[in-house]
Parts: sequence; C-alpha cells; structure tokens
Amino acid sequence: MLNLRRSLLLTAMLAAIGLTAGLAGCGKEEPKPAAKPADAPKAAEAPKAAPKPEPLKIAFAYVGPVGDGGWTYAHDLGRKEAEKEFGDKIKTSFVENVPESADAERVIRDMASQGNKLIFGTTFGYMEPMLKVAPEFKDVKFEHATGYKSADNMRVYDVRAYEGAYVAGMIAGKMTKTNTLGFVASIPIPEVVRNINAFTLGAQSVNPKVKTKVVWINKWFDPGKEAEAATALINGGADVLLQNTDSPAVLQTAEKMGKLAFGWDSNMTSYGPKAHLGSAIINWAPYYKKAIKDALDGTWKGETNWWGMKEGAIDVVALGDMVPADVKKMAEDKKAEIKEGKFNVWSGPLMGNDGKEVLAKDAKGDDKFISGIMFYVKGVEGKVPSNK
Amino acid sequence: MLRLEARPVPSKLMGYAAPVIALAITVVFGTLLFLALGKNPAASLRVFFVTPLENARGLSEVALKMIPLLLCSLGLAICYRSNVWNIGAEGQLVVGGVAAGGMALLASPDSTRAFFVLVLLAGMLGGMAWAAITALLRDKFNANEILVSLMLTYVGGLLLIYLVNGPWKDPKGFNFPYSKTFDAAAMVPKLFAGTRLSWGVLIVVVVLAAAWIFLSKSKAGFRLQVAGQAPLAARFAGFSAREGIWASLLLCGALSGLAGALEVAGPLGQLTPQISPGYGFAAIIVAWLGRLHPGGCVFASFIMALIYIGGELSQSRLGLPAAITGVFQGMLLLALLTADTFIHYRLRKA
Repeated sequence: MLNLRRSLLLTAMLAAIGLTAGLAGCGKEEPKPAAKPADAPKAAEAPKAAPKPEPLKIAFAYVGPVGDGGWTYAHDLGRKEAEKEFGDKIKTSFVENVPESADAERVIRDMASQGNKLIFGTTFGYMEPMLKVAPEFKDVKFEHATGYKSADNMRVYDVRAYEGAYVAGMIAGKMTKTNTLGFVASIPIPEVVRNINAFTLGAQSVNPKVKTKVVWINKWFDPGKEAEAATALINGGADVLLQNTDSPAVLQTAEKMGKLAFGWDSNMTSYGPKAHLGSAIINWAPYYKKAIKDALDGTWKGETNWWGMKEGAIDVVALGDMVPADVKKMAEDKKAEIKEGKFNVWSGPLMGNDGKEVLAKDAKGDDKFISGIMFYVKGVEGKVPSNK
Repeated sequence: MLRLEARPVPSKLMGYAAPVIALAITVVFGTLLFLALGKNPAASLRVFFVTPLENARGLSEVALKMIPLLLCSLGLAICYRSNVWNIGAEGQLVVGGVAAGGMALLASPDSTRAFFVLVLLAGMLGGMAWAAITALLRDKFNANEILVSLMLTYVGGLLLIYLVNGPWKDPKGFNFPYSKTFDAAAMVPKLFAGTRLSWGVLIVVVVLAAAWIFLSKSKAGFRLQVAGQAPLAARFAGFSAREGIWASLLLCGALSGLAGALEVAGPLGQLTPQISPGYGFAAIIVAWLGRLHPGGCVFASFIMALIYIGGELSQSRLGLPAAITGVFQGMLLLALLTADTFIHYRLRKA
C-alpha cells in the first residue's frame, strides 16, 4: 500500500518535472520556427527574392466574446473583412472578453509592446486605459470607438446607429398592435438615449399613437438580464422590441413569447426567425479598411470619424416575411433618403417628454446637439436615469 | 480491483501534495486540449505559465492581479475557518471601492501626499460596514449568511452604478457613468516607475503576515476557529459564537474593502461601473485552493493570476478563444477535488 502511494506520488512529481523541463526547453526554440530542417534550403534561397515588407500588426480589444452574435461579433466581421482586403500586408489579432476594469490597460499595453502598430479599442470603457497607454508608444496608432477623449496618436470613431434605429422604428410603428414599443437599454449615455429617441421618432412618423417603454440593465452584454428586461417589457404590453445591448437575447425572448423584435449590431435572423422584423446592423468594415489604409499609407492623422448609412456603416437588413411589401418599400425609401442626405432624424419641431420644445420648427440638430442628447422625446415613458 | 478505503488519520503528505498533483493533472489535460485544438502544447503551456513572468512588467502585472485575489481570499479563509459562509467578498470589495472613491473625490490638488491613507482607511471601513449587515442579520435573526452576503453583492454593485450615474458622475464626462479621475494625492504611490505596482504590495505583505499570526499563533484566532467549528466546546470553554460571526465577517470586510480601495486608487484612478471583474468570487476558489491557509492563498492567487493573464496572452499570441481561461480554471478545481479525496481515503486492492 505504502509502495503504491509512493509510486503514485513519484509518477506525479516526475510528470511535473518533465513537463516543466519540456516547457523551458521548447520555449527557447519557439521564436525561430524557421529553424526546422525541411525549411533550411528555402531559407537559403530567400535572399534572392525582393524582401517582403513586414506586415502591419493590428490588434483589436473586444469587450464581449466574438460569438456574442451582436456588437463584438460585428467588430470581428469587420476585422475579418479587412484581413481579406489587405491580405498579407497586415496581420491581425484580438483579445476578447476584456473587462472594462483595470485589466483593459494591461491588455492594451501588451498589444502595443507586442509590436502592434494599430490598436482598436471597441468599447467606451477602454477610453481612460488607452489614454494612459498611448503616450508610452508614440509610434503606435490608437483607435477608440465611441469615446470623446483623444491624444496625438489616439483618435475616436463612431457610427450613427440612430439612423438604423429610426428606420426600425418606422417598421415597428406599422407592425405594433398595442401601440406600445419596448426598448432594452444598456448604459444611460447619449449614444443609447439617442437610439431610444430615434426608434420612437421613426415609429411616431407613421403612427402618432406610439409609446415606448424602456428598461435599463446597466450592462452591454448580459443575456440573462437582457431576456429578463424583454420579458418585463412584453408583460407591460409592448409587442415590438428593440435593444441597444450586445446579444440576441431580446429577439430570442420575443420569439418565445410570440412577439416581434429586431436584430441589433449584426444580422440576427437565425436567432428568432418568426419574431425577426429586420436587423439594424453596423458594418465596421468600411471604417476599419479606411483606418488600416491610413496607417499603411502613412496618412493617419488625428480626426474624428462618425459614419452612418452614407458611408455604408449603418444599414437595416433582412426584413422578415411578415413585413408587408408597402412597409418594406417605405423602409427602403427612407434609407435612400438618409443616404442621399435628404433626411435628418433630428429635425424640428422636436418635443421632449417633459413637454418642452427642444428643437424649433425647421431647426436641425447638428453633431454637437446629438452628442449631448440626454432627454427622452415625447412618447418615451419615464426619465433618463440620473438626469436631474 | 482497487477500492477506496477511509484512512484512520488524514494524510498530511497528501494535504501538501494534492495541489501539486492537481496542477500536474491540469497540465496533462491542457496538453491534450492544445493538441486537440491543433496548437503546439509546449508552446501553448509556455504562454500560460512562463510568458507572463518573463520580464519585470509581466511580473508586476501578475502581482497587481494577485493583490485583490489574495486580500479577499485571506478574509474568506478567516470566515470559512470560523464556519461563517460568507460568499459576498465581491460586494464588500465593491463597497470598499465606493467608500474609497468617495474619499478620493474629496482630495484636491493641495491635499497632502498622505491623503491616500485616508482613502485606504475609507475603503476598509466601507467593506466592514457592508459585511456588518450580514453579521447583524445572522446574529440577530439567524439569517443565512450565504444568501445575505451574496444578495448584498448585487446591492453593492447597484449602489456603485447609482453613484457613478448620479451624484458622483464627472460633470464634464458627457454623461458617461464615470467619476472624474482622482487627484494625484488620493492615489496610492507607485512602487517602481514604469509599472502599475503600488505600495499596495507592501501593505499586502504586512496583512499576510498578520493574517498568518492571527490564525496560527494568536489566542483570538484560536477562539474564533473553535467558536465556529465546535460551538458547544467553545461555549464550554467560555468562547462566544457571536464573537466569531462578527469578528470573521468584519475582518473579511476590511480586507475585501482594502482590495477595492487599492483597485480604485491604484490602476483605475476613478470610479467606473465595474471596478472588479469578479475578484471576490474568484477568491472563494483561491481560498479553498490555498487550504484556507495564508501561505496556500499566496500560492493559489499566484496560479489564478497566472491563468487569467496567460489566458489573455494565449488569445493575442496563439489566437486561442477566451473560454480557454475558464476551461483551465475548471480543470484545476476538478483535479484538486479529485486529488483531495486521497487526503482522507487511500486506494487498496479489493
């Protein structure tokens, strides 16, 4: 018995020692894979050919998993498309599930110290961490999504998601039977409040009786909470839902409860085909291609890019079969108007839900106005959290 | 055939060997996993266990990650040894961070450099106050401390969200739910330039020594543990069970609160809606992995920090998915539980 115990222990220890030794040994060889004997002749010939330029190393930090089916998934689609476009001129990598805590700074600094020359931080919470890292790596370009602070080598990009929300709202306004829409909202910042308003304004443009109920979950990605909020909205009488959260949970909940909903950030048809009216998507590829091209050509400069339907960054796609032909046409027409710059979502007269006029008749909201939207338009129920 | 037979006396040797064996098993299964994923297992394991420790910055980041895990796990070890099932270290950490943040917001550019001491004290008091609610409910109403401490974690999280969305929101922050960044005086001074490591490390070393002395050498620590593990014997000896509940929870609250304070007045430098990626929960694993012993907790928090950081590196270096980190943690725990069986049992030929 004693022998057995001893031999067990011995085996385990030997295994541990062997593996550690193996690690140390193999690790040293790892940085030069070209040393394999089969490759040696090729390596000798190499100097004849023109030396290929090193690919531009590009890194993406994601707040959720690439399989979230929404926000992060859409960013990763953009990354893949850029990779296809530039081929071996670039080399991309990503780290997913990077929390908006002290960890973000470590991940981003590591990306920069690994020789990545272009780094995309794809959530608001990476703003301060990126600002801390940027001055240490002057030759690295930092791109931050949806923030408002920049530096010499850090610029901001964002999309006009509200354009998609408006068109989705028009479809919702036509499809609702209870005249009550539901919105699952994430974190009460202008971007999200804007989308709630645009959704409501779109619906009211075709159906003035529409009201919107909102539930905030204070998270970007939390399928459990998203589903709970959707259930609460449906129980409160909402029959068409939209969300500004990152997963398809709202659509799935609507499907289960026999109501209608939209996909958000990416095409979510497959998550709830019976409930899916359409998807308000973000196509990050055009911007990622532009930013990478800027970096490759040496034309990268500090600027803010805020792209919408016109640049191909926002679209409403995959309208469901239950959407009548005339409603589909209406949506397509509005998209065309927005693309051509003939229609501005933020057109007066615009009333807040406290009854005060925000934009006078014929006034248009400019980007400064849009950046600071922290009120609900008439028809949205409740108050923006913490807005006194 | 082999069968398990209870040992007459738990094996001391296995008590120490089990974590090592568990680690070895994890490495073996990790190797198989990497092979199945088509990666070179040696290179992959290297990224997990060696790359994070290769330079000063890497080491400092592992240490930074260990601080909150270690502080919370020490607090939890005291609780569990006293038979108090506090699983709310996360909430105590968050409320500690809130209190520390509130104090830090009071600092001004003219504040003395020692202001950060107040910030850390506020954090400890905040954590203690939060833990005191659990202690009070358990003491007065015999409420189940597992449920109370867990639920209070969510309340603590919402308190933080309320404050950063409301009264403590940066007025110049475009309504983003973040406080203003703290003045330098409120921040814990850096230990080495070029790293994110602060004096917090030194504080943790002192706390560690104190925890060890308290648990293993002091009469107060002994009373606490007897009161928890053998209430009748404790009463016979004149030790109070109530004292055990209060003391262990308050100590854990103070340590978790300190962890929160060191995060917000350290690497974060402001209050944000998320100040912890779940350190308080991960610390439960750390405490058990570390055998509820301060020295073991150091070892366990080191391994956990390594797996977290190695998981990130395996994404950027090898293109592995983030889920690998969770798989590794799961394997480690499962292997430990398996190996633990042999502390109380042995194999015999049937």
